[in-house]
Amino acid sequence: MNPMTIEERLALNKYDVDTQAHIRLKGEACQGCETRGCLYVCPAECFKLREDRVTFDYEGCLECGSCHIACHREAVEWAYPRGGFGVSLEYG
Amino acid sequence: MTDKFGAIVVGAGPAGCAAAYSLAKEGIEVLLVERGKFAGAKNMTGGVLYGPVLNSLVPDFAKEAPVERYISRHVIAFLSNKSSLSLDFNTSGTDEHNGFSVLRAKFDRWFAQKVEQAGGIVATGLRVDDLLWDRKRVVGIVAGGDEIAGDVVIAADGVNSLLAQKAGLGVKLSPDNINQGVKEVIKMPRVTIEERFNLAGDSGAAIHFLGFCTRGVHGGGFLYTNRESLSLGVVVPLQALVENKLKSLDLLEGFKAHPTVKELIKGGTTVEYSAHLVPAGGLQMMPRLYTDGLMVAGDAAALVLATGRAMEGINFAIASGMAAAETVKKAREKGDYSQQTLSLYEKLLAESFVLRDLRGFRRAPEFLKNQRLYDVYPDLVCSLAEKAFQVDGNPKKKMWQLVREEMKGKVSLWQLVRDGMSARKTI
Repeated sequence: MNPMTIEERLALNKYDVDTQAHIRLKGEACQGCETRGCLYVCPAECFKLREDRVTFDYEGCLECGSCHIACHREAVEWAYPRGGFGVSLEYG
Repeated sequence: MTDKFGAIVVGAGPAGCAAAYSLAKEGIEVLLVERGKFAGAKNMTGGVLYGPVLNSLVPDFAKEAPVERYISRHVIAFLSNKSSLSLDFNTSGTDEHNGFSVLRAKFDRWFAQKVEQAGGIVATGLRVDDLLWDRKRVVGIVAGGDEIAGDVVIAADGVNSLLAQKAGLGVKLSPDNINQGVKEVIKMPRVTIEERFNLAGDSGAAIHFLGFCTRGVHGGGFLYTNRESLSLGVVVPLQALVENKLKSLDLLEGFKAHPTVKELIKGGTTVEYSAHLVPAGGLQMMPRLYTDGLMVAGDAAALVLATGRAMEGINFAIASGMAAAETVKKAREKGDYSQQTLSLYEKLLAESFVLRDLRGFRRAPEFLKNQRLYDVYPDLVCSLAEKAFQVDGNPKKKMWQLVREEMKGKVSLWQLVRDGMSARKTI
């Protein structure tokens, strides 16, 4: 089986994307962090490094909670998506 | 809807469904709330469902529930970068209904339907945002902007339990006691699965991997056969990912490319990719289990047992849900839902395997942090096997001589003995 990119992987899943983000990054708390655990622990790779700043896209979120537990700066304002939104697994 | 429910259960996983089903069967007005579009939509497992507990709640459940295969073959495989050594236990004679592979989006949906059939109300697509308080007593929930009152709330809202946190029960989630699992469901024809894994009919295999699947860091890999698919994944503590700058996804791809695993999944098609957290700290991370008007069950209470042989969570979830329901029945008779009455919940868990196992294995999580289990030993047994099976025309060495040679520079005899002793005590 060939390796898959994260985009290909997420495209397999069914999502109902809410118009509002359920997770927010607190920019101030995030700045200057050198650990950047979020970049490694997010299994959907929603966190990206752009010009030395970490950005977050909520659309592909797998709702695991890794980011808020791994962030030692408490920069991740975390919640589940509103009821009925987000990922819906078919197999699980 | 009534003004007030006899019980509100939050989260339609195995803990919540077991609690709600037990209550509905007794004719108690129960509301089961689930944030997913349907029960199971947010849930996945990297484990096996063990039957006996659920069987006591739903007799012969395996005949009606969407279980995938009953596990007749348990394999533990040690991986080096190019080879593997397995312990392969195969049985056909014993209890066929001990363990099952399951796909939770299907299984949890079935379980929630059982709740409905028993007279419970299941509200899906509803996220609970807060608890409803009367002074220091929990008297309901806030969901979708509405306040919903109940005599008692059972929080079965999973590993990231908002409700246990809101109730101030001392939730201790940290990168070193939380494991991340990522998983692929790989479609494969039934007949291919049965031939490849040497299975007859509805029997199935559960394979646990140690070593190269996590590149030697703490954690492991798993493969379960379903009816017409495989569940394949890796589980690693968040701490290990951060410290080693590793991504689970890269581990998963490396695992899939391993010569042994590659052949097992060949020709399959990935149809789903999911991730979930596992509370792996055992007793040390368990929050308080109840307060006035509220009990916590399943992953929300960190009721997962790690023994090194396997991680067991679904069974603990179901047993805790049933114990919470039992407590509600008693509290109802007394008309009192104070913590004094709800303390029966912890007593019931202490009498059952739930807390007895967690207490008996309370030092296992610490033992399982030993790095040598993941980098030294899997490599060592693989290269030892390679030497033992190699015939190169030179005089052969005795087994113990090979062992000592392989250990050189990797692990001292003293360390090996000490690890063995500590394994004996903890797992």
